[in-house]
Amino acid sequence: MSETLLSVQDLTKRFKLRRSLGEFVTRRPGDSALAVDHVSFDLAKGEILGLAGGSGSGKTTLARMLIRLVEPDEGVITVDGRSVRDARGHELREIRRRMQMVFQDPYASLNPRMTVGTAILEAGRVHHQPGSEDGDAFVSKFLDLVRLSASTAVRHPSELSGGQRQRVAVARALAIGPEVLIADEAVSALDVSIQTQLLNLFLDLRDELGLAILFVAHQLSVIAEVADRVAIMHLGVIVEIGAAAEVFHNPQDEYTKSLLASHPRSVPLDASREIRIGE
Amino acid sequence: MSLLTIENLRIAFPARGGFTEVVRGVNLEVQQGETVGLVGESGSGKSLSCRSIIRLMPSHAQMTANVQFDDRDVMAMSKKALRDHRAHNVGMIFQDPFSCFNPTKRIGEQVAETLRVNAGMNKSAARARAIELLASVEIDRPEQRYRAFPHELSGGMRQRVMIAIAISAGPRLLIADEPTTALDVTTQAQILTLIEQRRRDLNMAVLLVSHDFGVIAQACQRVAVMYGGYVVEAGPVAEICARPQHPYTRALLESIPSLESAGHHVRRAGIPGQPPTAGATGPGCPFAGRCAFARPECAGVDMSLEAVGDAHATACPFVRSVSVTSQAGGA
Repeated sequence: MSETLLSVQDLTKRFKLRRSLGEFVTRRPGDSALAVDHVSFDLAKGEILGLAGGSGSGKTTLARMLIRLVEPDEGVITVDGRSVRDARGHELREIRRRMQMVFQDPYASLNPRMTVGTAILEAGRVHHQPGSEDGDAFVSKFLDLVRLSASTAVRHPSELSGGQRQRVAVARALAIGPEVLIADEAVSALDVSIQTQLLNLFLDLRDELGLAILFVAHQLSVIAEVADRVAIMHLGVIVEIGAAAEVFHNPQDEYTKSLLASHPRSVPLDASREIRIGE
Repeated sequence: MSLLTIENLRIAFPARGGFTEVVRGVNLEVQQGETVGLVGESGSGKSLSCRSIIRLMPSHAQMTANVQFDDRDVMAMSKKALRDHRAHNVGMIFQDPFSCFNPTKRIGEQVAETLRVNAGMNKSAARARAIELLASVEIDRPEQRYRAFPHELSGGMRQRVMIAIAISAGPRLLIADEPTTALDVTTQAQILTLIEQRRRDLNMAVLLVSHDFGVIAQACQRVAVMYGGYVVEAGPVAEICARPQHPYTRALLESIPSLESAGHHVRRAGIPGQPPTAGATGPGCPFAGRCAFARPECAGVDMSLEAVGDAHATACPFVRSVSVTSQAGGA
């Protein structure tokens, strides 16, 4: 395994619950829910780490804490040895440039009033990316990277399909020049045939750009398609982490086992099935 | 005698200078007590097709079909007959169980309301029966849960209450439109098991609509695969999974992510291009533009299903002629 790019130690987040009337009157502190509970993991350069778990397991909170969209309560996050939690101002911007996030819903994450080209260019210019002075070339470079034609630049998000929008969201993230891509349920809302295209795109981007990807998904089979390593989260804790083949084919933790057991069986594949089309 | 027969279902929406057909001649049969799957990607027309059974159409949609339910003509039903049909014959559950509830009323009351309106029960009988129904969909402590508001329940729990309402009248057919899409895998498995148990106990048929072939393969005996407003292939699930005949079905099956892939990243071929938007395709096979085996003649295909095996039919005539001859040659 190559060098560690992102390192997380004992990361913890509590969410305060609403205080009951009794607690309010007696000025007792309210209860809190432990959303993420002392989570630690490393992500190496060019590695894809899958993060799986049921809803409410804390996987999205964890992903958001990495770029401080949610402020952690405890723990250490470092990128290339530099602390994310201590970063302020220019330094925080620089860290956010290096870690970009792609969300589930490309309908909500793109500005409907902005053309695709403008959105990509703006992202690049804000972070002074090299090449962003030459608008058209910059935009088509990133559209090409996500396998969209250069003519997409003049379209608005409303003219695009869900799969195309998600590619634009990836292109915009890439325009900022990140080293880590955090994909939070990035393919969950897409049709199966489009999902495959996006998964292949993530694999290509890792190969071409050496991106490290934290791939968050609730569907284990989707993670199995792309991840080198897998972390399984349950109730805010990583209950199992390891090589994808190891975790999926030889799970050690009880929760992982139950999760795998309730996964729909693979569609029975017949090796001999062949489609023959001739005259 | 089948419970449900849909023949030549066509649904069109007004569009610039005329109508755009989004369901283009679908035939479907459901027998008493069986589970049939309807699988397809978004925009394939599967949800609209299943809504035709209770004539639940957007007001501007134009629907023509011959729909027979239990020997009665659904298209000819009067307003009152249709209301009875919806109340007693067919139950329906949807993907998002939250938007189906009144957020300001307790869930038990919403179950009881259905019973009072549809079965004419009085208040206390409806309450007692509602608690029984909640128990029958495996909600623990049903008396307490009766008083819960929709937002106090988890997604899986809300889907259970939806099922309780849908089966309250003892329907002959349950239409489940993407019932597990918004749920975790663990909950998904539980809900599918619950539907299967209720199906067996009440001897009702289930029409399960899903984009997920894994769910369909697990729950159904027969399946119809939809694409671009047509059924492109239909037959027994095991047969179709093992020997898909239509190029779309095969490509779809090969796109499905699998746990087996863990550790070796063999890229799946997937399906190039985009699914057709409603009405964007002309005559001929709507899949031709993405098909690896496309040929000029595809533009002239009439998309009617032709048998390729026992109860197995496909709309692709080119695959049919060849597989039949090669079977004969092998025998």
